[in-house]
Amino acid sequence: MMNIDAIQLLLSALLLLTTFILLIQRRVDSMIYTYAWQSAFLSLATLSASFVTPYQWDLFFSALLIFALKVIFIPWFLRYLSHRLSSTKSSDNPTSLVARPFLLSMIASALVLFSYNLTNSLRTSTQLFSSNAIAIALSIILLGMLLIITHRKAVSHALGFMVIENGIFFAALILTRGMPMKIELGIAFDVLVAIILFGVFFFHLNTGIDSLDVDSLNRLREGAE
Amino acid sequence: MLFYTVLFTPLLGIILFSFIRRARWAVSINLLVSTVNFIAMIVWLVRWQTTPSFFILHAHEQLYLDALGLIGWTLTTFIGMTTALFSYGYMLQNLKERRITLKRLQLYHLFYQSFIFSLLIAFSANNIGLLWVAIEGATLATVLLVSLYRTPEAVEAAWKYFIICIVGIALALFGTILVYFAAQTSLDPSHAILWHSLAAQAKTLNPSIMILAFVFLFVGYGTKVGLVPFHFWLPDAYSESPGPVAALLSGLLLNVALYALLRFQILTNLSLHNGLANQLMIIFGLLSFVFASFTLHHQQNIKRMFSYSSIEHVGVMTFAFGIGNTIAILSGLFYLIIHALIKSAIFTTVGNVMHLTHTQKIEKIRGILKLNPWVGWLLIAALFAIAGAPPFGLFIGEIGIFLATLQTYPYLAIILGVGFLIVFAALLRYMQSMTLGNPEKVSAPSIAKINLVPAGLHLLIVLILGLYMPPFFMQILKQASSLFTGQ
Repeated sequence: MMNIDAIQLLLSALLLLTTFILLIQRRVDSMIYTYAWQSAFLSLATLSASFVTPYQWDLFFSALLIFALKVIFIPWFLRYLSHRLSSTKSSDNPTSLVARPFLLSMIASALVLFSYNLTNSLRTSTQLFSSNAIAIALSIILLGMLLIITHRKAVSHALGFMVIENGIFFAALILTRGMPMKIELGIAFDVLVAIILFGVFFFHLNTGIDSLDVDSLNRLREGAE
Repeated sequence: MLFYTVLFTPLLGIILFSFIRRARWAVSINLLVSTVNFIAMIVWLVRWQTTPSFFILHAHEQLYLDALGLIGWTLTTFIGMTTALFSYGYMLQNLKERRITLKRLQLYHLFYQSFIFSLLIAFSANNIGLLWVAIEGATLATVLLVSLYRTPEAVEAAWKYFIICIVGIALALFGTILVYFAAQTSLDPSHAILWHSLAAQAKTLNPSIMILAFVFLFVGYGTKVGLVPFHFWLPDAYSESPGPVAALLSGLLLNVALYALLRFQILTNLSLHNGLANQLMIIFGLLSFVFASFTLHHQQNIKRMFSYSSIEHVGVMTFAFGIGNTIAILSGLFYLIIHALIKSAIFTTVGNVMHLTHTQKIEKIRGILKLNPWVGWLLIAALFAIAGAPPFGLFIGEIGIFLATLQTYPYLAIILGVGFLIVFAALLRYMQSMTLGNPEKVSAPSIAKINLVPAGLHLLIVLILGLYMPPFFMQILKQASSLFTGQ
C-alpha cells in the first residue's frame, strides 16, 4: 500500500510538471508531445489505482481507454492536422504572455497555491489517499484555462481543453475512484467528438480566415458592421 | 413503452438520414419524424393524465421523469416540430440560393435530430453524469449548425461558441464529480450519482463540498445559459446561425442548461439551508438582466438585438428561481415556457423578415407592414409579446416575479420594475422603426404561408395562456415547483 501511495504522489507531481511545461511551450509539436506524456502519466496513475480498489476492472479498462485515446490517437491526430495545415504563417505575438515564461509560471504558481487554499475544506473533511492530489487536479484544470487564455493558436486551444479534461479525470480518479463505467464511456465519446470537431474547425479556419491564429478572429464585435 | 417511443423517435430519424440522398425527402422526413415525436408525446401525456404519477423511473433508475422534466420534454418535442416545419421551406430556399450544398443539408438534419435526442435524454436523466453527457452532446451537435453557412463570420461565431462552451461545461463536469463525491459517505456508489436518491438524502451531503460543487456547476452551466460575465459567445452564435438553428438555440438549448442548473440548485439548497445558491442566482440573474436591458438599446443587427433580449429574459428567470418562494418559482417556470415559445417564434419571424429584406441591419429594415402585412403583424405581435405587454402570457410571469420580489427583497423590485420599462421602451422603438414607414424597395419576394404557421401557432398559444390557464397545466407547474420547496 505504502509503495502505491508514493507512486501515485510521484505521478501527480509529474502531471503538474507536464502542465507547466505545456504552458510555457511555444512550439506546437513539442506541446503535443508533452500532452502525450501527461496522458501517459494519467494512464499509469489509473492503472496503479486499479490495484488498490475493489472496482479494479473498471479502472483497468479506463487506463487502457486513456492510453488508446489520449496517448496514441489524439496526439497523432493533432500532429497530423498541424502538419497538414502547416501554412500557419504567424508565430505567437511577442507581446503576449507566452513570450515571458517566467511571468507566466509565476502566475501559474499563484494558481496552484490558490487551488491548495480552495480545496482545504475537501482535504480536512475526508480521508484521501493523497491530500495533495485533489489540489493538483484543480491546479491542472485552472492551468488548462490559463493555457487557453494566453496562447493564440487554435491547436493550443484544443490542447488546453484536453489538459482541462485530464485534470477532471484525475479529480474523479482521486475523489471517487473514477466515475461509473457507463458515464466514463459517455465522457470519452464526447471528448472524441470534440476533438474531431476541433479538426473540422482547423480546416474551416484555415480556408475561411487563412490562419490558425485566433487573433485573426475579430470580425464579430459589438457595433461592428 | 410509449416513453421509449418519444425518446427514440429522433434516433430513428438519425438512422434514416444516413440513407437519404434527395433534398426534398430529407426535409420531409425531418418534419415527419419531429411530428411523430410530438404526437407520441401528446398521446403519452393524455394517457398519463388519467393516472398521474409524478415520478417515473426507467432503465434501472438511470432515466427519470418528473413534472420539471415533463415541461422540458413537451417544449422540446413541440418546438422541435414547429421548427422542422419552418426549416422545411427555409432549407429548400437556401439550397436553391446555393448557400448550402446537399451534403451540408444532410449534415444539418443529422445534427438536428441528434440535438433533439440529446435534449430528451438530458430532461429525463436521473443520473447526473448522464445529464452532463447529454448537455455536452447537445452543445457538440449545435456547433456545426451554427457554422452551417461557412462564411468567415459564421466560422468565427461557431469557434467562439465551441471553445467557451466546452470549457464552461468541463467545469460543470468537475462540479458533478464533486457532488458525487459529497454523497460518497451517505450513499452507496451506484446511488450516489442518481438525482432522486441524492435529493432524498440531500441533508446528509457534505455541505462544504456542496458549496464548492455548486460554484463550479453555476459557472459551467451558467456559461451555457448565457449569464452575464460568460455571455460573449451568445450574440455571435445567434446572429450568425441560420434561422431555424437560432430558434432551436434560443428556445431549447438555453432551457436545458437552466434546467440542469435548477436541478443542482435544489440539491444545494436542501443540503445547505443557508440559501447561498439562491443568492448567487439572484446576483448574477439581476446582473444579466440589467446589463442586457441597457445593451439592448444600441443594437444595429436584428438578431443580435434579440439575443440580448434572450440574455435579459434568462436573467429574469435565474433571478426568479433565486428568490425561491412559491410564487417566484411558479412564475419562473411559467416565464420559462412562455419565453421559449415566443423566442423561437421571433427567430422564425426574423428569418422571414430577412428573406424579405436580405439584411440583418435594423436601420435598413423598414416598412415590413407594407412589404408583407402577414410578416409585419407577426413581428408586431411577437415584439409586444416578448416585451411583456398584456394580454400575452409573459405579462403574467413578469407580474408574478415582481410581486414575489416585493415580498422578499422590496429594494430589488425597484430595479426589476425600472428594467422592465427600459426593455419595453427599447423594443417599442425597434418595432416602430422596422414595421412602420415606407420600405426601401417596393417589391419583395413572396413568402409561403406555411412559413408563417410556426410563429403564428406559438404566439396563439402564448396569447391563450395569457388569458386562461388550463387546470392540467397548472397542476404540472405546481408539481414542478414543489420540487424546489422539498415537500
